[in-house]
Amino acid sequence: MLISFLLIPILTAIVLLFIKKDTLAAQTAIAASLVTLVLAVFASFNQVEAFDMAWLPSLNSRFTLEADGLAKILILLTAISLPAILIASAKNEYKQKNIFLSLLLFTQAGLMGVFLAGDALLFYFFWELALIPVYFLCSIWGGEKRIAITFKFFIYTFLGSLFMLIGILFLNAHTAEHSFSIQAFIHANLTGEQKITAFALFFIAFAIKMPIFPLHTWQPDTYEQSPTAVTMVMSAVMVKMGLYGILRWLLPLFPVAFAAHTNVVVFLSVVGILYASFIAIRQDDIKRLIAYSSIAHIGLMNAAIFTNTGIAIQGALIQLFSHGINVLGLWIIADILEQQTGTRSMQQMGGLAKKQPTLAILLVGFALANIAMPLTNAFVGEFLMFNGLFILNPWIAAFAGISIVLAAIYTLNMVQKVAYGEISEKINNMPAPNKAAQAVLIILLIIVFVTGVYPQPLFTLTADTLQQLLAK
Amino acid sequence: MNAIIVSTLLGVIMMFCSWGIKSQKTQHTIALVGLFVLIISNLAQLNGWFVIDFDTKGMLAFTRFGLFVNTLFFVITFIYIWLNGEEIAKFDNQAADFYALFFFILCGASILTSFDNLLMLFIGIEILSIPLYILTGADKKNLFSNEAALKYFLMGSFSTGILLLGITFIYGATGSFHLVEPILRPSDGLPKEQMILSAGLLLVFAAMNFKVSAAPFHFWTPDVYDGAPTVFTSFMATIVKAAGFIAFITIFNSQSKALGYTWELVLSFVIVSTLLVGNIVAVFQRSVKRMLAYSSIAQAGFMLFALYGKSIFATEGIVLYATVYSLATIGVFGVLIKMKENSFEAFNGLAKANPLLAFVTTIFLFSLAGIPLTGGFFAKYYMLNALYAAGAGLWLIIIAILFAAVSVFYYFKLVQAMYFASGEPTMHEVPKKYTYALLLIAILLLILGVFPSVVFNYLYF
Repeated sequence: MLISFLLIPILTAIVLLFIKKDTLAAQTAIAASLVTLVLAVFASFNQVEAFDMAWLPSLNSRFTLEADGLAKILILLTAISLPAILIASAKNEYKQKNIFLSLLLFTQAGLMGVFLAGDALLFYFFWELALIPVYFLCSIWGGEKRIAITFKFFIYTFLGSLFMLIGILFLNAHTAEHSFSIQAFIHANLTGEQKITAFALFFIAFAIKMPIFPLHTWQPDTYEQSPTAVTMVMSAVMVKMGLYGILRWLLPLFPVAFAAHTNVVVFLSVVGILYASFIAIRQDDIKRLIAYSSIAHIGLMNAAIFTNTGIAIQGALIQLFSHGINVLGLWIIADILEQQTGTRSMQQMGGLAKKQPTLAILLVGFALANIAMPLTNAFVGEFLMFNGLFILNPWIAAFAGISIVLAAIYTLNMVQKVAYGEISEKINNMPAPNKAAQAVLIILLIIVFVTGVYPQPLFTLTADTLQQLLAK
Repeated sequence: MNAIIVSTLLGVIMMFCSWGIKSQKTQHTIALVGLFVLIISNLAQLNGWFVIDFDTKGMLAFTRFGLFVNTLFFVITFIYIWLNGEEIAKFDNQAADFYALFFFILCGASILTSFDNLLMLFIGIEILSIPLYILTGADKKNLFSNEAALKYFLMGSFSTGILLLGITFIYGATGSFHLVEPILRPSDGLPKEQMILSAGLLLVFAAMNFKVSAAPFHFWTPDVYDGAPTVFTSFMATIVKAAGFIAFITIFNSQSKALGYTWELVLSFVIVSTLLVGNIVAVFQRSVKRMLAYSSIAQAGFMLFALYGKSIFATEGIVLYATVYSLATIGVFGVLIKMKENSFEAFNGLAKANPLLAFVTTIFLFSLAGIPLTGGFFAKYYMLNALYAAGAGLWLIIIAILFAAVSVFYYFKLVQAMYFASGEPTMHEVPKKYTYALLLIAILLLILGVFPSVVFNYLYF
């Protein structure tokens, strides 16, 4: 069962290389990603058996895939994102579209592998594999400054993951039987000081991926320059790799070192949240605005996880999913606006509500979710996370809380500029967005409100992970 | 033993081939058949069947490891000659002479994988080196090629002299040429002999560093690699270097203990400076050929990790690294040969003009950079593991990976030229068959990237 999350995207991606017709290629990709989605929904609400196979006997590394609540919620997010992205951008023109789609599916396979791997070396393998198709996607189909910026992104994350590789090697040398399994790593025989070293080696990789201030410099540029379909994958799912790494590896492996660094990391995260929020206010480019807003949200999740309180971690687990859905909705709208008006500058937009009321309503819906209004999914997660931060230190919670106000400022400002005001020339000439993209947005918005009003399924899904994490 | 004798015979046979047989194709086929015979005879010995067997008085010791490495060398040479037949024929009507030289080099390599005596080390290195001087100057009308050959010859002879001096010192201190377990230990309480032995070992160390082009003995490498005809650079940078490393490891696995703590200090210095020089200078190269020369210095830095201490990772790692590195380098040079010039710009737009060729080149470059799913990743992983298992500090490993990240920078410059730069690649026509041969190498690298143990499983049974 679990292996199909890798096989379906990979096989489809290979087939796509040979389908030269654009529409057929798009249909194939969408069909495959829908099959994955159905499987993911099924897997989320059922017990799934782990997949285990001998891989590298001489290194004692095994090809192990297992899914607990944390993995399932991210698998579900990945599986929802791909068809949403593919359907929403199905009409977009790309040169050599079949290769574009094929690389997107390879990315999906890499992400699935990261979330499912139960063996450290395998985890590292997929961690890198998810990066390589993205490198080509951004460099070939991106904006004007794409090559230099994507390269910076690549070197940044590659260097980070090499540190993690040393960490893996280091832990592996200290386990009984030189195993790479999570269980063996948890029981690795390390002194307190060695644990702090290993903690640092892993943390660098995850911190760059999320990214945490001051390692975030690659992100806004990359998001801006990438083709929007790829930005969606990156900001909805790929950044979650860092948070996932912390929950899956860092917290269970080094609980003591983890607790010892709570203050530093939470402080850095809060600084990052405020910094990103202030910059977001100043943005005129809609893509950059969403990028900075995303940095702020990820920073909050990271701070919440590092408080090491049950309530905040529960909030972060839910928010992993909710943030993905919300940001996906915002990106799809931004993509429609960019494709139809030919600009990303909000100054040149305005009056969308009069011209395209449906799209404007959808925009407002996702904007409300972005500022975590009650009834939206983000409210549930953020409420729990702030609760945890408050338990840790009321002052920190207060400073982080400023970001809610700031989020309201920049998000509503965006709504104001885009949806209201005089009908600008660009918006006036805008053709109607395609029905499929709107349908996707409507489905996503339904998910936003349903999980906002009734988040219990998400709690149930992540209950086992939470229990394990708290048992440490 | 079989390999040494058969390769010599084949070398002589090839030499005389050029008298009777004028067709380049036939000569090429004879060379390939010869290599096949060589592989078979070596495998025969691996299974305990000797063509000729006599007592070498402990000068040569045929271990499973050495014989297996031989097989790998021969197989890689087979792939190399199969791929590059047409290129080799371009220089002269007498391609058979070049094939003869290859066989002599292989003879030297098989001595280097089996010596147990410092005199045999010297003979092996000389047999390996002299044909190389000739190959470097093969392009007789090209002044750069002549210069490179002369430079290589002078520097090479000088380093051989140092090697001999070192061997003499060792003999003076211990009265033996044999490589038994450390003959003198610091604890033996023979201070004068100990000092002479240390000096001898350090001289041998320097000479071997020269052969594998480790800094600070690397100065000949870029000029020679650049000046030599590309097709021979490819051979020089791979099989020859790998053979040098096997010899290097054989000496110092047993003898490094005599140097005590100094060994770790000196080796760490050489490793760091090799990584530094190779990687940093490679970043600034404008010619792909020179970039590859510096990258081969950088890769030598990684291979030096196997010297740090004896461990299972070091043995398996060096075999894997040598194989993967050789295949990838032969591949990249194979593409470079087809370019009309050596600049990065020559590769511009290759992905559009010939997607398959661009794809295989990317696999080779990924493998050199050590990106997962290619053999290069596991090669680097084993080497880092060897370093850690031998008790090196984390700082050395961190330096190593910092430079691994730097190496991505210059390998990806080529990927960027192929995929993202616009333009027409300036290249000769590439036959379909040639591309498929390169594809085969790329597939081998991908297989090694998922199941690296296929290479060294045979080390044990």
